[in-house]
Formats: sequence, C-alpha cells, structure tokens
Amino acid sequence: FLICVAIRANYPLYIRSVPTQGELKFHYTVHTSLDVVEEKISGVGKALADQRELYLGLLYPTEDYKVYGYVTNSKVKFVIVVDSSNTSLRDNEIRSMFRKLHNSFTDVMCNPFYNPGDPIQSKAFDSIVSTMMVQAC
Amino acid sequence: MDQGSAAGTGGTLISLSDSEQRCYSGLYALCQPDSSGKLAAGKVAELFRASQLPAETLHQVTEVCGAKRLGYFGCGQFYGALKLMAAAQAGLPVRLESIAGELPLPVFVGITNELEMRYPNQPLTNESQSHILGSVTGSAPRPPADRPVLRHPDTSMDKQEVWSPPQSPGISPPRSPSAYRSYPYGAQRNGTDTLLVYEAKVPGLPSVPQENSSPSHYSLRLQPEQPVITRVASVERLVERVEVDYSDDPWRITEEQREYYTIQFRSLQPDLSALIMGTVAKNFFTKSKLPILELSHIWELSDVDKDGALTFPEFCTAFHLIVARKNGYPLPETLPATLRPGFVEAAVVTAPPSEKIGSVDLQMTSRQGVTTKQEARDESRKPAEFSPKRIPEPHEKPTQHVSTLKPDSPQELDANMKSRTRPRSYSSTSIDDAMKKVEEPPTPPPRPQKTHSRASSLDLNKLFQQSGQGSRRSQHSLSAKSGWLPPPPALPPRPPATQIFSFIPGSEKSSQKVVQQPNFADFSKFREEQETSVRGGLSTEDLTPPKLDSTVVHQGHAPQKPVRRKIHPESQSATPPSATPYSAATLTKSTQRPPPKQKREIQMAIRKNRETNAVLTRLNSELQQQLKVVHRERVTLESQLELLRPVAST
Repeated sequence: FLICVAIRANYPLYIRSVPTQGELKFHYTVHTSLDVVEEKISGVGKALADQRELYLGLLYPTEDYKVYGYVTNSKVKFVIVVDSSNTSLRDNEIRSMFRKLHNSFTDVMCNPFYNPGDPIQSKAFDSIVSTMMVQAC
Repeated sequence: MDQGSAAGTGGTLISLSDSEQRCYSGLYALCQPDSSGKLAAGKVAELFRASQLPAETLHQVTEVCGAKRLGYFGCGQFYGALKLMAAAQAGLPVRLESIAGELPLPVFVGITNELEMRYPNQPLTNESQSHILGSVTGSAPRPPADRPVLRHPDTSMDKQEVWSPPQSPGISPPRSPSAYRSYPYGAQRNGTDTLLVYEAKVPGLPSVPQENSSPSHYSLRLQPEQPVITRVASVERLVERVEVDYSDDPWRITEEQREYYTIQFRSLQPDLSALIMGTVAKNFFTKSKLPILELSHIWELSDVDKDGALTFPEFCTAFHLIVARKNGYPLPETLPATLRPGFVEAAVVTAPPSEKIGSVDLQMTSRQGVTTKQEARDESRKPAEFSPKRIPEPHEKPTQHVSTLKPDSPQELDANMKSRTRPRSYSSTSIDDAMKKVEEPPTPPPRPQKTHSRASSLDLNKLFQQSGQGSRRSQHSLSAKSGWLPPPPALPPRPPATQIFSFIPGSEKSSQKVVQQPNFADFSKFREEQETSVRGGLSTEDLTPPKLDSTVVHQGHAPQKPVRRKIHPESQSATPPSATPYSAATLTKSTQRPPPKQKREIQMAIRKNRETNAVLTRLNSELQQQLKVVHRERVTLESQLELLRPVAST
C-alpha cells in the first residue's frame, strides 16, 4: 500500500492511495504523523528542507507502516505511508519520490490559475503521482 | 463536455483520438442537441441511416451504447454509437470491446465525412445556421457564386462568427460558448437574411456534403478583402471568431489565428520574444470565461517549460486551446503535436510524419472540403479532387507554417533551453543567460599565489605567459575575455615582512623592470587583447590624459603596467609615470598590433590607472602590515617597560 499526501497548514491538498481500500485508516495515520512532522520542524533550526523520515514511531503493533515525511521551504508537508511488507522500497527511492512530488508540486504552483490552498486538481500532478506509485508498488 | 474521452457506455470509458473527437463533435452538433445534451432522435436516426449499416446492426449499436436504456442519445451514448458504427463498418462485431482500439472514422454516406456535416435542407435552427452557410458556400459547383453570397452575409451581418476570420477580431456577437460544441455556435445569429440568401442557394442540395470549413475559408478569404480589422475584440469574441479554420486539424494554428495571437500578445507584452507573466496571462485568459479548472489545465498544457510565464509560442498554444475549448473541442490530455513549440522546427525539417499522416488520413477519410488558406484559393473543391490534394497540403501547410513561424523558432529555442534547464527565471533572453552561465564557470581568474616573495614574480610571469598564450589564442572571441581574466590587480597580497622592506626602497624597480622586460611582450599582447576584446572600441575614459600623452605614445606601453603589477610582491613604489622612461625602452618589444593607436592609448591609460590603483592598494596593504609589525613591537616594548618599571620603582 502506498499513500501520498500533500498537506498545507494541516489540511490535505491532495491524497492519493494505492490501493484504495481502507483509506480511512491511512488518513488517520497521516494525520497523526503530522504531529511528528511538526515536532521535527520546530526542533531543527536549520535545514528545514531536508528530507526527513519518520520511522515506525507511530505504528500499531499489529500493522507495520513506514511513514515518511518531507517538508518544503514553504511549510508544505508531504507524507508517504508505505506498507512495511513492502520492504523493497529503499531510502533513496523514497527520497526520489519526494523529490518528484516536490517538482510536480512546484509545477502546480507555477500555474497562475491555481490558488494556493486549493485542492490540487492538476492532471499532470495526478499522472505523475500515479506513475510514481505504480512504480513503487 | 467530457474532456478527451467519450462518456462511458455502460460505465466503461472509451477514449477518442483527436480526429475522432472532432468528427464526433461535429456529428453531435449536427444532430441538434438540445440544452440538456440530448440529441434529436430524428437527426440521429438519419445519421445512422446514412451509415449504411443494416438495421439490426443499428439496433445493436443503439443497445450497446446505452441509448436504448436511457431512451435518448446523450453525448456519451452518441459517441459510443459512432464508434460502434465505425467498428461495424470495419467489420467488427458490435461490442464494447471492439471499440476499445483505434478505429477509422465511421463513414456516413450522404453526409459529409468531414468534421462539419451540414444538412442543407435543415430548418433554420440556430445550430444549423452555420451548417447551412457552410454547406452553401462550400458547395463545389458554386464557389464563385458563393463568394458574393459570402460577401453578402459578411457585409450584412458582421455577426457571423463563422465568417469572421481571426484577422478581423471582435465582430462576433457574444456567444454562449457552452451551448453547443463545434462550429455552429448557437448564438442567435441574426441570420435570417443570410439564411434566406442561403436558402435560395440551397435548394436541391439535399445531400451535398459540405463542411463548414470550406465556407469558413471562403469567408476567410473574403474577409481579408474587406478588412474589418478595426474592432479589437475581447477575448471572448476573439475566441468565437477564431474558431474558423479548424478545417484540417483543430490543433493547428493557421495564419490568421497566429496573426491574431500575435496582436493579442503584443497588447500584453510588446516584445515578442519576452514573457508574459503568469498573473497577466491569468487575467487575460480569465476573460474568456472558461472555468478555472479548464484554464488551469490549458496552462499546464501550454507552459512547457514550467516557468510560470508564457513565451510567444506558449501563448499561442494556450490561446489556441482556449479557442478550441470554446468551440467545443474537448481539451486534450497532452499537447497535440502541432501545438508544441517544437512544431515549427519539426515542420521545417520534415513535416512530422505522424502529424502529416494523420492529417492526410483525416482528409482522405473524413473531409472533403478541408480547406486551408491555400485551398481556399483554389475553387476546385470537388470532393474527388480532395484526396490527391490532401497530400500536397500537409507539405504546404507545414512549410507555410514554417515560413511564418520562423520568427518563433528562437523563442522556441528559448523555451527548449528553458525546459532543459528549468531555470524558473523570467529573463527574456534565456539563451544569453545560458551562455552567461556557461561563461561564468571558466572565469575564475588565475589568482596568483602571492604568498611567496621574489620567486613569486617568476611564477607569476610564467602564469602570465600561459595566460597570455591562452588569451592570444582566444583573443578574437568574447568569451576569451571571460575565460582569461588577468590576475586581478586589486588582490592585496600579504607579502611577508621581508617583502615589505624590500618594497619600501623601491629602488629595485628599474632592475625588476628590466628583468620583466622579456615578458613585456607577452604582457602587452595579453593586456592589449584583454582590453581590446573587452572594450571593443574607444572608451571614453579620460583618466589621465597628461599621463596618456606622455606615456601612451606607442603600443607597448601597456606592458609596463602588467609588469609592474606582477612585480608587486617585489616592490614598486606606485609611480607609474616613472615607468615612462622604461616604456620607451620596451616599446620596441611590444608587439605591433593592428588595433588603432588611439584606442590603444586610451586603453593604456586605463591600464595605467588601474595599475596605479593596484599599486596603491598594495602599498596600502603593505603599509598596514608594517603598521601591525610596528604595533607588535610597541606592545612588546611597553610590556618590557612595565616589567622594568616596578623594578625601577623599587
């Protein structure tokens, strides 16, 4: 399973998951992970844009998830939730995924018709995320 | 309207190719959709009959596409039905699976295979007005007759959007864009006059296949003859008008359209090679009253370099997409080949085969009266002749596009470069920027390691020699300058204390100068080339004319300066003028350069002043070092004194 979320000011601009069942659980996971992200942001005074990872801190004992976080310079958070059974995903791959997300996100931002804070409806963004998620799974 | 895909028949999504989209949207319009999108059953039935499929096949089609279930033909059902009919005509069974792949367009006998099918004997409904107009004018046998007819409506009712070529913007009435797809905008044309006119022409043309594009082309041709270019329309009107000329390929920008886009571009941004900022473009395109989501999609498609601004080709693309959308064409998912900024270049080299083939196919299979500007000229719109004509057409079209679009190629190059580098900058000359960026890295000047003492001069000399050679090699290129800067004279070296003392006397200057003489030639060349390449002309520096006169008499004066500069670690009192006696000696050594002497003189004066500055700076630094040393000594002395005092006191 793989979830990608773009969050701005603590409400999601974009959520995409593969597969689509059990989304609610992932939503909850994502939401709780926000706390951890915030904590990391405030803690580190520099290098805010570093790709940071949340590891297993907030897992249910029964299920394993890896939750990865990433924050841009404008405090837009990206969260990827990955099933732990999917051990094929390495750190580098996650980083590259975040980088792609970030690039696509900036493309969306460049569109003057997009108001920051709106849900992301860009097809290009969708397609990029879809291909990325398909690759990862 | 769905964007780019037919609505699912029974829930499955069927994708349409561009040509199919166009054809189907034309047919859809032909069948007189009412406000909710349902098609008139009668028209649909006629259309189906025209497909010459057996009745049971048609029943099957109706069933499979879902219209039977719904009881009417909506957009999706209609599209599905068309595809199924195409499949049936191709011999495939009428099933949903068979239409999943690429199919040729369905052929409807008795109805034009082109995009715009017109029934001349249609009632004068809004949507069919243009059809009629089109059909009438497009009829091959009467092209000459049509001309006056066309003129008539043109002059009488400027409101005919179909007739208004993109060149004469701003005449169409504000049409409700979403009312109908494809050309026959349901605007309330005051078409009664023209209709009557056309009606007269129409009798007896029940099934003459016409496409409105031909009449539109006629109108296009006519319009230029009667330029009505005075009105500058709002974007909305413009859109309505510009819809003409979609004949072959709605994704290809014709000349009139491009001219119009150019005008609009200029109104936003006078420089054609510059960028339109995102917000400016947003305001402009918002006037077209398309929903924001669609505008956003259009932007995504057209801003290929993703910089948040539009170059001229991008602007044309966006504009064209907006026009297409307003005319009812669903937006494509990806940018059509003809709208890509690289289109022109491709057309230049080899009209992109795929696009050409596509257009040829289109024309062969679907259109008969496809008209481009060129075609509009030749009246022989006989359907039979179209096919052979088609083939040369694509060739002509791309070349025509090429000729007119050539000016865009530099902009496209810009776009390409930008897309490659993604600088996200708003510079209008990205090529220059890229070049500058390229230039910058090589410029790190060879900083002389001024740490050493006298030996350093030799090192520097070597350095200079190398640089001199290098510069000589590249003297004629501007980049040489950037690539080989002379060691910055202003670098205040921190010579060791020894040097300071040697510096002060400065009496060695002469000897050093002599020592440096062999290098003078190099330096002179080096410096002069630097200067000439940099200046490239007389500079208006009036630094020290008197010095100039006295010293800069011959070429080769320059060598003095660099020499001195290099000598800095050794010594020199900053007295450039004193170098003049030596300059005379070195004059002969200097290379006789072609550049004009005056330029030289001035450059040498500049150099001299620079050197003076450098020397003074060096002097300053050295003196400061001395000061430090002295200060240290003083401190030690004071401490000693302190130590001694108590002893003395006691």
